[in-house]
Amino acid sequence: MPDKPAVSAKPVRHAKPIPNPPVAASASEKTLPLRINGKAFFHNGDPDMPLLWYLRDVLRLTGTKFGCGIGYCGACTVLVDGKAQRACVTPVRALSGHEVTTIEGLAGAELHPLQQAWIDEDVAQCGYCQAGQIMAAADLLRTNPHPSDDDIGKIANLCRCGTYPRIRKAIRRAAEATKK
Amino acid sequence: MKTNLSRRRFLIVSATASGALLVGWRGGRAQDLPYLGAREEAQALGAFIRIEKDGDVIIGARATEIGQGVKTSLPMLIAEELDVDWNRVRVEQLPYGYVDTDKGPSNKYGDQGAGGSDNIPSAWMELRRAGATARALLVQAAAKKWDVAAGGLRTASGFVIAPDGRRLGYGELVETAAALDPPKEPPALKNPDQFRIIGKPTKTVDAADIVTGRAQFGIDAYLAEALVAVIQRCPHLDGSVDKLDDAEARKVPGVTDVFVMPGPKPDEPFDGALAAGVVVLAENTWAALKGREKLKVEWKPGPWSAESSAALAAKANELLDKNADGIRVRTDGDFAKAYKGAPTKFEARYEMPFLAHATMEPPGALVHIEKDKALLIASMQQPGGASQMISTLTGIPRNAIEIRLTRAGGGFGRRLQNDFVAEAVLIAKAANGKPVKLIWTRDDDLQHDFYRPYGIHALSAALDRKKKIVAWSHRCAATPRPYRDRGKLGRPLYIGTIEPDDFPAGLVANLDKSFFPVTSGMPRGWWRGPIHTFHAFAVQSFIDEIAIATKQDAVQLRLDLLGSPRKLTYEGEARFDTGRLAGVLQLAADKIGWKEKRSDGHGIGIACHFTFGGYCAHAFEVSVEGKDLRIHRAVCAVDVGRPVNPLGIEAQMMGGTIDGISTALNLAITVKDGQVQQHNFPDYPLLRMAQAPQNVEVHIVESGEEPSGAGEIGIPSVAPALANAIYAATTVRVRKLPMMPELLRLL
Repeated sequence: MPDKPAVSAKPVRHAKPIPNPPVAASASEKTLPLRINGKAFFHNGDPDMPLLWYLRDVLRLTGTKFGCGIGYCGACTVLVDGKAQRACVTPVRALSGHEVTTIEGLAGAELHPLQQAWIDEDVAQCGYCQAGQIMAAADLLRTNPHPSDDDIGKIANLCRCGTYPRIRKAIRRAAEATKK
Repeated sequence: MKTNLSRRRFLIVSATASGALLVGWRGGRAQDLPYLGAREEAQALGAFIRIEKDGDVIIGARATEIGQGVKTSLPMLIAEELDVDWNRVRVEQLPYGYVDTDKGPSNKYGDQGAGGSDNIPSAWMELRRAGATARALLVQAAAKKWDVAAGGLRTASGFVIAPDGRRLGYGELVETAAALDPPKEPPALKNPDQFRIIGKPTKTVDAADIVTGRAQFGIDAYLAEALVAVIQRCPHLDGSVDKLDDAEARKVPGVTDVFVMPGPKPDEPFDGALAAGVVVLAENTWAALKGREKLKVEWKPGPWSAESSAALAAKANELLDKNADGIRVRTDGDFAKAYKGAPTKFEARYEMPFLAHATMEPPGALVHIEKDKALLIASMQQPGGASQMISTLTGIPRNAIEIRLTRAGGGFGRRLQNDFVAEAVLIAKAANGKPVKLIWTRDDDLQHDFYRPYGIHALSAALDRKKKIVAWSHRCAATPRPYRDRGKLGRPLYIGTIEPDDFPAGLVANLDKSFFPVTSGMPRGWWRGPIHTFHAFAVQSFIDEIAIATKQDAVQLRLDLLGSPRKLTYEGEARFDTGRLAGVLQLAADKIGWKEKRSDGHGIGIACHFTFGGYCAHAFEVSVEGKDLRIHRAVCAVDVGRPVNPLGIEAQMMGGTIDGISTALNLAITVKDGQVQQHNFPDYPLLRMAQAPQNVEVHIVESGEEPSGAGEIGIPSVAPALANAIYAATTVRVRKLPMMPELLRLL
C-alpha cells in the first residue's frame, strides 16, 4: 500500500529533522516536506492524497480513522497548527509549513488531560470514533478552557455507539483537571 | 493431562516452554486430540488463562468485541473464579479457534460470535469453570509443596494461603500446577457473596489503547505487499455490469488492475459477494479511490427496477386491507368471535422503514490466499461464518485458515454477514498471490447493506365493559428478514419481523398473530435487537393509544395485563417473567415521576419490552418547540439479571437509548427505481451530540438471576416511549418512523 515499496510498519523518520519546514521542495526530488507529531517526513507520492491516507497507508499511523470521506463524521479529526481539521478532505500538499498532530502525538510525557479523562469516564464503546472526538475536544479546550454545555455540544463528530453523555463528562473532567 | 468437564469440550492444562501454566478448552474427545505443547506459546494466546512465573496473569478474550464490552466482561468471569486481582490481569484477544474433531468442526474457545446478546449467558458457567479449574490446580500445587491437605487451603488475590498464614503466589506454583492432573469433577464455584470482580464497575480493558490510537481495528491491519481494493458496486438491486471503460482508471498512478466481479444470481442463496461490481486494485487506498472515480460503467438494471418505497407501502397496505389469511404466527382462543362481540374496539397501523447499520468503521477485510492456506484479519461478528465462506470459495480446509480478531468499529448486526470477506477472497484469488485489503467507503456501506426489514404492523384490539383487553390481533406485512439464506430457506418467513410469544401473547385470551410477506429485492439482515426494535414500537404505541382512549393509566394498564409475577412460555421455555417486566416498568415510572402532572407543553411517555432474556423500560420527558423536539429527561430501567459489569451495562443502556433516539427520529433507507437512495451521513443523519440528551438516567435492577446480555436490551422500548411522550406533549400520534418528518407533517 505504501507509495514506495518496503515501508516498514513503523513511521518512516527522516534522518535529519528540519528545524523549519522549507518553503518548497526541490523540483528534482519532487518531495513534499511535512511535519507530523513534531517529526519531519517527505512525501513523494500524489500531492492530492488526503492526509488521512498518508497517515494510514504511508506512515501507518492508524489512530486517525476513516468514517465518511467527506469531512462530515469527524472520525479522521487531527490538529493542524492546533486547530481541528478533517484529514479525509485535506490534501497533503496543503500542509507544507504546518504542524500536524494526530492522536498518536497528543500525549507528552503524560497522557493529555482529555485522554486521561476519557479513560476515567470509561467513554469508549467500540472506540472507533474516539480519537477524532478527543482531537475535536482538544481544539475546543485550547480556545475555550472552560466550555459550557452548549459549547461542548458544538462538537459535531458522530458516535454511532451513543457515548455522547460520557464524552460530555470527560470534557468537563479534563477542563476541571487543567484548572487545578 | 485432560479431564472431561462438559460433554462438548475438554479442559487442557499444560506448561509453556518457559514454564507458565496454561488452561484452556478443546473440542471433541480427549484421547483423539493431539498433545497441546509449547506451540501454544506463539504470539497469540492459545488458551484462556496463562499464569507467568512472575505472577502475571494473562486472560484470553474469546468473543468478538464490537463495542458491547465483552472483551472486558468475559475475562472478568475467569478472573473472578481464578481469584486474582483484576489490576494484575492483562487481557489478550484470542484468534478464531477452529478445530477439527471426530464430531465435526468445533471451536476450542466456544462461542466467539456476537449476536443475540448471547455472550454473557453462554459464558456464565463455562468461563467461570475455566477460572475455577485453574484455581483448584494452584491450590493442589500448594498442598503438594507444603504436604498438607488441599481442603484446608484458601486463595485470595493471586495467593494460596494456608491456615497457619503461609502464602505462595500463583507464579511460584505454576510449574507444580502444570504437572498435575486437572480435577476429576468441575470444581465448586464461588457463592455470589464472595464475588470481588463480578458486579464491580470495571473499565474497558482497551481504554488506554483507544485514547492513544494504538487499539487495532480490522481496518488498521496491514500486510507487506498487500494491494488495496475498492469496488464500484452496481447501484441497481441485482443488476449487473453492462459496459465498462476502464482506460482512464488504469492511467491513475498506483492502479494495478481493474476487473469485473459478478454478483449473485437473482433468488439464489447468497454465498459470496452481495452485488456485481467493478474492482479497482491499487498500491494504496487513495490510488484505488481515485481510480474508481475514473471508471465509466454502464449498468444493466436488475429485475427490481420498479421497486420503490411507495410501492412497498402500497403493497403492504393492500395485503393488510384484503383481510386474507396470512402466515399463521400464533393463535390463542377465538379472536374473531371475541372481537365481534366486544363493545370497544381499536385499530391502528404502524410503519417501519428499512434501516442501515452504518457502523462507524465501514466493512472491509484483509486476506491473504495462498496455495494451501489463508489468512483473514477483519472486524467481524461471525468468524465461524467467515471461515466457512473462505473454505467454500477457495477449497482450503478450515483448519488451514487463520483468522485474527480485532476490535470492530461497531457491529449492530452488519458483521453477522461476511459478504465483505467473500469479496476480498474473490479479489485475492485474482491478485496473483498478493494479500488484498478491501476498503468500503460510506457510500458503499449505505448502498449495499443487509437492511433491517421494511414493514407495516396492523393492530386491532377489543375491550370488554370493564375496559379489559379481551382480543388482540397483530398482523404484520413486511419484507421478510430471511434473504437468500443457504440451508435455512425452510424457516418460517416471519422469523425476524414478528415474534410469536412477545407481549401481550399469553396475557390476552383471544390472540391472533399473522404475517404477510412483501416481495422485495432489498437485501435484509439482522439489526440490533432485530425483531424487538421492529415491532415493540407498534405494540407499545398501541397499548398507549388504548389507555388514552379508554381513560386508563398507561402504566397501570400494562401492569394489569402483566398480572401476577409468573413465567410465560417464550420460544418453548418458561422464560418470560412478567414480574420482572412489571418491575422495570414501575421503576422507570417512579424515576420519571409518572404521577406528577407536566405543564408548559412537556409530556412524558413510557414503554417496556423483553429482549433476549433482559427486561427494559424507557420513559422520556419531551416538548416540541417550533420544529424542534426537546428531550428533557431520558430514563432507562433495566433488569439483566445479576449485573456482571455495571459500568458496561450502563454504557450499553446509554448507548442503546441514544441509538434508539437517533434511529427513531431521523433514520430511514428508501428505495426508488430499484436503487437505494441514501449515500452518506448527510442523508442518513445519525444524532449529533447537541441533539442527544445530556444524560441518560440508567437504573440497573439488583438481581441474583442468571445474567443476560446487555447489547440489544436497551433499544426496543425507546421509539414507542418517545412516540408516547410526543403524544403527551402535543396530542399528535406518530405512527410512522422515522418520527421527525412524520411529526412535522402532522403538526
